[in-house]
Amino acid sequence: MGIRIKVEPRISHPPILPLTILVISLSMGFLGIGVLFAFYGINPFAAIWKIFSGSFGSLYGLSETMTKAIPLILIGAGLTLVFRAKFWNIGAEGQLLLGAIFSGYVGLNLGSLIPSFFTVPVMFMAGFIGGALWALPTVILRTKFNVNEVISTLMLNYIAAEILNFLITGPWKGKTQMGFPYTDDLPHHATLTLIPGTRIHIVTLVVALLSALILYVLVYYTKFGYELRVTGDNPHAARYAGINFMKITMTMMTISGGLAGVAGVGELAGIHHHLSYPSSISSGYGYTAIIVAWLAKLNPLMAIFSGIFFAGILVGGDAIQISLGLPSATVQIFNGILLFSLIMGDYFLTHRVRVVVQA
Amino acid sequence: MNELIISVAHRTLVAGTPLLLATLGEILTERSGILNLGIEGMMAAGAIGAFATTFVTGNIVLGIAVAMGIGISLSFIHAFVSVTLKGNQVVSGLALVMLGLGLSGLWGKSYVGNPLPVGTPELAIPFLVQIPYVGPILFRQDPFFFLAIILGVIFWFALKYTRWGIMVRSVGENPGASEAQGINASLVQYVSTMIGGALAGLAGAHLSLSYSRAWAEGMTGGRGWIVIALTIFALWDPLRAYLGAFLFGGIFVLQYVLQPLGIPPNILGLFPYLITLVVLVVAMAGKDSRKHSAPAMLGESYTPTS
Repeated sequence: MGIRIKVEPRISHPPILPLTILVISLSMGFLGIGVLFAFYGINPFAAIWKIFSGSFGSLYGLSETMTKAIPLILIGAGLTLVFRAKFWNIGAEGQLLLGAIFSGYVGLNLGSLIPSFFTVPVMFMAGFIGGALWALPTVILRTKFNVNEVISTLMLNYIAAEILNFLITGPWKGKTQMGFPYTDDLPHHATLTLIPGTRIHIVTLVVALLSALILYVLVYYTKFGYELRVTGDNPHAARYAGINFMKITMTMMTISGGLAGVAGVGELAGIHHHLSYPSSISSGYGYTAIIVAWLAKLNPLMAIFSGIFFAGILVGGDAIQISLGLPSATVQIFNGILLFSLIMGDYFLTHRVRVVVQA
Repeated sequence: MNELIISVAHRTLVAGTPLLLATLGEILTERSGILNLGIEGMMAAGAIGAFATTFVTGNIVLGIAVAMGIGISLSFIHAFVSVTLKGNQVVSGLALVMLGLGLSGLWGKSYVGNPLPVGTPELAIPFLVQIPYVGPILFRQDPFFFLAIILGVIFWFALKYTRWGIMVRSVGENPGASEAQGINASLVQYVSTMIGGALAGLAGAHLSLSYSRAWAEGMTGGRGWIVIALTIFALWDPLRAYLGAFLFGGIFVLQYVLQPLGIPPNILGLFPYLITLVVLVVAMAGKDSRKHSAPAMLGESYTPTS
């Protein structure tokens, strides 16, 4: 008698399978995180309980989770679009910073030139433009110069961070900030209204939810969405069908970069009210949003839920960092392990693994 | 003036060494058809592994071995996802970066601000070091430098002329045909990816043991991503990797040379990243994506038909 493990491709799968695999993948991910905690002499059950109770277990935790979900939904929804066409935009972090810089300029300098009622809308527009402008060169580099977009988007992240550092320590350094490397605070009419008692900037939240919904319709119910999906599934077929790769990529990178820029406006005008170090304006939202998009199975609408889920991981991660004295990098480990468990799970969607007992 | 030239040239080679080590590894990995974007994470984890081990034991060789072991273990995960599970290699590489940076931050927390008690010895090659200019620049370096130079030649020769190298290249070009020739394509890809990981770990060890002799979170500073760019710039040729790695070593050093001229440090700080883009544009200019020498199956998972 012998036992063999047999792997065969699946032709079809029951409708419940994706959800089952998702749940199992995430559980395996948390198991991995638990092992790491145990290795560090920390009770894994207590730690994982702390992550979720810290993020979803109290009104304060929930409000912080929603606050951090705003940039993740905005960027994650945009990334579902570009990843679908297999254009690897890893540059949302830089696009977010450019959005903050552009809208910061408007908020700090144009306040006296435009009616105060228009300031916030103009800031959102400026942020969208800033993010999109930071995204578009990578399309030209890819289509005209054959430069891999993973590299170009990443390099632009570092460049954006250095530009922001330069601005806050140099020409834009605020005179009212007692020597700290911040710009002056935005005037009151250039800041966003919060839900009382929370840090949830309601306008950006609404924009994020609407964006996810609109992108969902765009991907599944329009000609553009169809062309986008064909380009991703089969670039050769797309070319023969006369689909213009450059045009598709330009459009979706404008949207993806622009939404990251909008996330930057939200962080600046809703939370910080002045520009400061890149790592305080964005705590890695541009990178975390990559996992948000992947967990959402590249469905923009699902990015809402996966955005909230990963915002919870960020908030819960902060909670255990403080209570257990762990460094902020810990959350990156969670992100890495969870992303690995998600892509490993994908295998079981397309393959069936059976244990065969032979007599 | 002479001393300045010698010092700048010397430091250029030092700064280029980790780039060369990791680029050689990535060239091998990509030649076998596997795209590993996780260099930044493996480098960071290797750097803290080497630092912590050397700090505790005082044994540099042990530190280097641990760094390489970490690189091998992390790249094994990537190979498992890419080769066995046929998962998305871009996403797996990104996950590796997150994992590596996260682990290094967690592990390194208690080592921040501690200088290394022992340093890597500099080796001076007898007689050759006496040559004016060239001697003190090229022949008085730490062992990492000499190792990187020798590995470059070995990789070039092995990929081009040995049976093993031909196997790696044929798997990267056409795994199906390679298997028909009796080559175990999966094994070749696993081994190539893990050697790449070992070299990324080694590059990290150089950063923490020799380059800065300290640990700081984020000390890899995007070098892992520059390595990915250098691999393309080198057109997957180990000999061209020398050129790219030391060119970028020079750019890192240039930041410090130009600082007295009054250019703001943040503007100088963005040079390496900006120049990476410029260099890639120049390297790829006029090259058709189908004609330049990227391995044909790079980043594509291969499913045997049997």
